[in-house]
Amino acid sequence: MSHALTLITFVPIVGMVLILALPGAMKNAFKWIAVAATVPQLLIAVFLYQHFDTATSAVQFAEKAPWMPSYHITYFVGVDGISISMVLLTALIMFISTFASFGINRAEKGYYAMLLLLDTGMMGVFVSLDFFLFYIFWEVMLLPMYFLIGIWGGPRREYAAIKFFLYTLLGSVLILLAMLGLYYYGAAQTFDLTELAANSSHYSIGFQRIVWIALFIGFAIKIPAFPFHTWLPDAHVEAPTAISVILAGVLLKMGTYGILRVNFAVLPAASFQLAWLFLGVIGTINIVYGAMCAMAQTDYKKLIAYSSISHMGYVMLGMAAFTAAGINGAVLQMFNHGTVTAMLFILVGVIYDRAHHREINGFGGLAQQMPVYTAITGFAFFAGMGLPGMSAFISELLVLLGAWPTHPFMVVFGAATAVLTAGYLLWTFQRIYLGPLNEKYKDFADLSFREAFTLVPLGVIVLILGVYPHAILSLLNTSLVHLNQVVLSTSGAAVAMVR
Amino acid sequence: MDLGNLASLQRFIPEMILVAGVLVIVLADLVVRVKSRLGALALIAAVASLLAIGLEPALPGAWLFHRMLVFDSFAIYFRVLIALAAVVAIWMSIGSDEVNKCDLGEYYALLLASTFAMFLMAESANLLMAYLALEFVSLTSYILTGFLRHNRRSLEAALKYLIYGGVASGTMIYGMSWIFGITGSLDFAVINKALSAPGHLPVLAVFIALVLILTGMGYKVASVPFHMWAPDVYTGAPIPITTFLAVASKASGFALLTRFFFPAISHLAAGGAWTALAGVDWPQLLLFICIITMTLGNLAALQQTNMKRLLAYSSIAQAGYALMGFVVLSNDGIRAMLFYLFAYYVMDAGAFLVVMIVANSTGREDVDAYRGLAWRGGIVPAVALTIFLFSLTGIPLTVGFIGKFYLFAAVIHGQFYILAIVGILNSVVSLYYYLKPIRTMFFEQPRGDEGTVRFDAWNYGLMGVLACATIVFGLYWSPIISFANRSLSFFTGPA
Repeated sequence: MSHALTLITFVPIVGMVLILALPGAMKNAFKWIAVAATVPQLLIAVFLYQHFDTATSAVQFAEKAPWMPSYHITYFVGVDGISISMVLLTALIMFISTFASFGINRAEKGYYAMLLLLDTGMMGVFVSLDFFLFYIFWEVMLLPMYFLIGIWGGPRREYAAIKFFLYTLLGSVLILLAMLGLYYYGAAQTFDLTELAANSSHYSIGFQRIVWIALFIGFAIKIPAFPFHTWLPDAHVEAPTAISVILAGVLLKMGTYGILRVNFAVLPAASFQLAWLFLGVIGTINIVYGAMCAMAQTDYKKLIAYSSISHMGYVMLGMAAFTAAGINGAVLQMFNHGTVTAMLFILVGVIYDRAHHREINGFGGLAQQMPVYTAITGFAFFAGMGLPGMSAFISELLVLLGAWPTHPFMVVFGAATAVLTAGYLLWTFQRIYLGPLNEKYKDFADLSFREAFTLVPLGVIVLILGVYPHAILSLLNTSLVHLNQVVLSTSGAAVAMVR
Repeated sequence: MDLGNLASLQRFIPEMILVAGVLVIVLADLVVRVKSRLGALALIAAVASLLAIGLEPALPGAWLFHRMLVFDSFAIYFRVLIALAAVVAIWMSIGSDEVNKCDLGEYYALLLASTFAMFLMAESANLLMAYLALEFVSLTSYILTGFLRHNRRSLEAALKYLIYGGVASGTMIYGMSWIFGITGSLDFAVINKALSAPGHLPVLAVFIALVLILTGMGYKVASVPFHMWAPDVYTGAPIPITTFLAVASKASGFALLTRFFFPAISHLAAGGAWTALAGVDWPQLLLFICIITMTLGNLAALQQTNMKRLLAYSSIAQAGYALMGFVVLSNDGIRAMLFYLFAYYVMDAGAFLVVMIVANSTGREDVDAYRGLAWRGGIVPAVALTIFLFSLTGIPLTVGFIGKFYLFAAVIHGQFYILAIVGILNSVVSLYYYLKPIRTMFFEQPRGDEGTVRFDAWNYGLMGVLACATIVFGLYWSPIISFANRSLSFFTGPA
């Protein structure tokens, strides 16, 4: 399989073309085509997982072909420890969310076509190592997302969709300018991210700082980092369940991934100088502010959206630490947050499909009526809280341990927020699932087989990674430690340049 | 080479085909009963002219007709672009309901004549020729704009166009007389020599002359502050003519602008950078105009509810983007501008074509007429319009993104950072109004009073071609960029 990455990226496109070619009347065929496109993706991801060499930080499974030679643009894909976990996560979440989409009953043809296009866009972002190619995928992903929220979303979908699009486009045009700056003022004119990283010392520190901030804003909008986060709750509330799952499960990780891939690797000196403020402080604000906002929500989905903002803060904090534990914890947290939040959004979708509202105070006592559903929700909530034995515990612990030597003050806030997180999750659990059963809901059915099928694999992964985090960490460690060394090695030089 | 009248004809075949087309249509109008066949004649003439440009042997650059016109690769690029725009405009005219109610003989004759005049504009080597060509384009455009004789908006547009055009070209020829007074010639090459000669030059006078000349050229490309005619004219004119004006007329304006401001009054240094001659600071002025043009065009477009008007303001903004390539004073920039004009041709013509398809079926041009278009049988035009509008915004996978990419690359390379920021913010702002019709088509449900969009193979065919071109050239643009690259040489006299 020498073209594994090309295949994993473009298999969904084949499915999309097939869906578009079939007449719109074949409503039932579309979802199965979508499944048929995501299954090979998952299989290739497993193949990549098995054959990934954990001993090297070099790019693996690389493919390179010229595209626009006059501008040195290439089709260059490959994975290393920074991206491999994200490729796995994307394949997994897309597989799950295709099944979670089966409830869509309007314009299915368009829906599944867009879903698969989104799939290619996301996968492409994680595998591209040419900045131009990265940018193309980054933007391509916006279009299907816009339509998926705008056509199949809730009542305020138009507002949410356009807000999402405008925010992210603002971010991505900044990335475009930064990309051109890196191209023209580098050692050699190239978009090759590995080459740009190798020649990172060529850029002056002043230039690095400006480009770093432009890139950071572009990526921070996606994370979303405070104060660019306001699009996320709106987008989540209006998006259909499966799209929320993808949004929280994969899309948000692109922001932090981009920072690692471009900011850290290509601009290490500026990263070392600016990370404490832009990643550390803003990450801490994300953690605390997100948790506090979550506590104030009465909409179940909005609550999960804010908790997502809070949990992404740990990723940023871990990245700001510049310790091996911190950066490993950050990327592991990206993966874990993807699985846990995906579960939470599916769970919200389950109840929304039955009750057609998400008012937390409008429920009560669902545990009596839906015991299995309640049990899985409890499991997911505990995972969200970072209880020992669950995956998020390991990653959050690594982040906090890693950040302690460099930013103890922030760690105090980050650790203390665990109490807030437990607070809002338990309080929500109590209001929705415990107490007397609300009479309106006494004939609700428990989880269907399909719903259980989307939740159980994620739960299993959460458990496995809770006791055996090495399964993912071993993939990451070599590359991340190397990246961390690169950034740290600039510190001496950077300090000298400032003086 | 300085060719005389007869020797010039060898390099003048495409133009002669157009003139022959005009004459044949005028004569055929008297004999042919089925007037719609005249459209086919016009189409044949335009395609033949396009082919003639394509099949021309690679002749060296030369002055034609005693240094009135110039033949070089730069002119070829624009002639191809203008001929392509003419083909699209004629194709659309054949499929347009509003046009087919008019006197077709005169209509097609004028359209071809206008194309011919635009060719001349792109080729002028002399201010007098430039003026005459520009007036020729304007006169034919006035009539074509007012061609819907029973439509008040069309007549009003024509009148406005005429008045603005008269003022602009009057101002321009006044500026030309200043140039003549300062340099003693109207010939671009002689002007260049006079300005680059050492010695005392009245810099202020040259600057004033350039500002006056810019009035006429700015009016053709519809740049602020000479843009006021554009929204009314674009709204009032029949849609094929709107397309023709928005694409071809603008391109010919850019051709003349480039030819005058670069080879005539600037100097090309090694490495592809241009410097303004005689210390006249027109680049600053144009930089300012460029920024204002895109910003104002985009802001004004935000509030529009008529599709033609929305696209009119958008095309003002698009001219502003193209000007970015102009003001960075480098061959990189000019190449980016050339590419962008091609991209703009594909996507803007496509957008207007969809507007025409909807107008044909429903008789309406407002954004509300697009409500739920995707859900009432119009999914194909809806998707096509979406592609064109995303391309106009500059979203990847479309030719518009590649165009913007080259423009911003030139801007960043030239270290015009403020311009880059302004341009990029403008792109974001423009997304808002480009999304308006998309939102209406897809996110809203039809209410039942919008009418249906009927399938029409003729128009759908062209729409398909343009939509495919938008995407294909967004993925594989090397033929266009190498064509633009080849077209960077201006003939300025024997070396």
